[in-house]
Amino acid sequence: MPEPVISIQGLRKSYGELEAVRGIDLQVEPEEILAVLGPNGAGKTTTVEILEGYRDRDSGEVKVLGIDPAKPTRAWRERIGIVLQGTALETKLTVRESLELYAGYFSNPRPVDEVIGLVGLEDKVDARAGKLSGGQMRRLDVGIALIGDPELLFLDEPTTGFDPSARRQAWEMIAGLRDLGKTVLLTTHYMEEAQFLADRVAIINEGRIVAEDTPENLGDRDHLPTRITFRLPEGAGIEGLAGFEKITFDESGPEPGVLAVLESHDSVNDLNRLTGWAIENRIELSGLEVRRPSLEDVYLQVTEEKAGA
Amino acid sequence: MRSIRLVLHEFKYTQKVFWRNPASVFFTALLPVIFLLIFATIFGDEKIESLGNIPTTTYYIPAIVTLAVVSATMVSLAMNLTIAREAGLLKRGRGTPLPPWVFIAGRVGNAIVISVLMVVVITLIGKILYDAPIPFDRLPALLVTLVIGAASFCCLGIAMTAIIPSREAAPAITNLITLPLYFLSGIFIPESEIPDGVLSFANHFPIRDFFEAFFAAYSPNTVGAGFEWGDLLVVGIWGIAGLLLAIRYFRWSPRN
Repeated sequence: MPEPVISIQGLRKSYGELEAVRGIDLQVEPEEILAVLGPNGAGKTTTVEILEGYRDRDSGEVKVLGIDPAKPTRAWRERIGIVLQGTALETKLTVRESLELYAGYFSNPRPVDEVIGLVGLEDKVDARAGKLSGGQMRRLDVGIALIGDPELLFLDEPTTGFDPSARRQAWEMIAGLRDLGKTVLLTTHYMEEAQFLADRVAIINEGRIVAEDTPENLGDRDHLPTRITFRLPEGAGIEGLAGFEKITFDESGPEPGVLAVLESHDSVNDLNRLTGWAIENRIELSGLEVRRPSLEDVYLQVTEEKAGA
Repeated sequence: MRSIRLVLHEFKYTQKVFWRNPASVFFTALLPVIFLLIFATIFGDEKIESLGNIPTTTYYIPAIVTLAVVSATMVSLAMNLTIAREAGLLKRGRGTPLPPWVFIAGRVGNAIVISVLMVVVITLIGKILYDAPIPFDRLPALLVTLVIGAASFCCLGIAMTAIIPSREAAPAITNLITLPLYFLSGIFIPESEIPDGVLSFANHFPIRDFFEAFFAAYSPNTVGAGFEWGDLLVVGIWGIAGLLLAIRYFRWSPRN
């Protein structure tokens, strides 16, 4: 087994009364893309900033590339790239100049033109950073983080505030980093982003990791019920619907037109029963939808469970 | 060797950013020249009796040189470092292998180069437009004053960032500190018009002392080499106090 790139044991951090991080254990393996997912204020940024060497911790064992980040060295800084939560660019410098400026800080930088290609800013090389769109600025942020050719890259909410097409472009770019053999620690509050990019997802809520697995297996997704939804038809008694495992009604209860949600662990048979009932009573099941639990559902379930506890 | 290369690298890009920023070019490079032209036009023909009958225009050369250096060092650094801090640039720089002192050194270097440039420009304008003598005889005093003053006001500017909470507050706080002192120290109004009590009050603050040291270097009536060590000592003490406060209170992360 190769050494993990990041290993965390029992990490804790409080700000006065507020316990931001309450005992986190986590490992990130080489060349892995790990997404840390959680709502605002869950402790994501605090954790990441401890790993980046920006914040000290109250307790716990932390190693990043074999070094305690509370005592960062220059050689260690050569090996990591950081994209902070907010865009941080010198607006008066062009894309090329910005990259050249940061390239000068590293002993073995990646060639500027190569990085421009990696982040897809070929058409904006001589544009001032201040004139770029939000999505382009964020790509320049990533480019600056890549300029030192780091082994480990931190991306703190890289697409927050993006429109869907800019987000999609950013994802393609970050997915491309996989081919470079980088280890990436990504924080996000978009489920879809974690699903698209990550090899493994850790869900963090109220300072603890509440679930951790591959996107496919997270939160026992295969064992969660399938959701069958439809509008309750006019003039049909709901007696026929008794006996399903679990059925809930939107808003006002079982009134006609209301959305009914049927949760099922045996969707093939339940669907058969439901449609049989509809045919028998000659009613149309408008808005019928069958949905396997999404990662979003898992996420909501996991974060709500813990918040309610 | 590597450190020197890094400082020059940082300096080069700080220069680019400076000249591309209309606000810094206007307030740091142009405004002192505009002040000189305005004051010389208003008070130009008068002579100042209490200062050995020197023409008012000759008086204003060291006064505006003082203002220009304070502006290029203390005011510029306080503003630009605050803006960079709030934009996350200081934090980002901290996350790279760049030693933090190099980051500061590049900006201090920029402030000193702009200061030297402004001293040359204002001295030349004085000579060409108002026939104010260039103090070749007292050049060592002028340079020593410039070096001690620029260094001290750089330290004070870096320290000031600690009391500036946001980029919006930066112009207000820097102006609140400098503008009254310019008036009280005889920079805007000839000191012959200012009561002695006010001047001796202003003497506790470094702008007045810095000006007096420059004045001795520039004034054709000065006897000797023109070194005002007493004034330079006051400026230097302020500078060291600024340095200590900067080391203690300077922050790299945005406040907002």
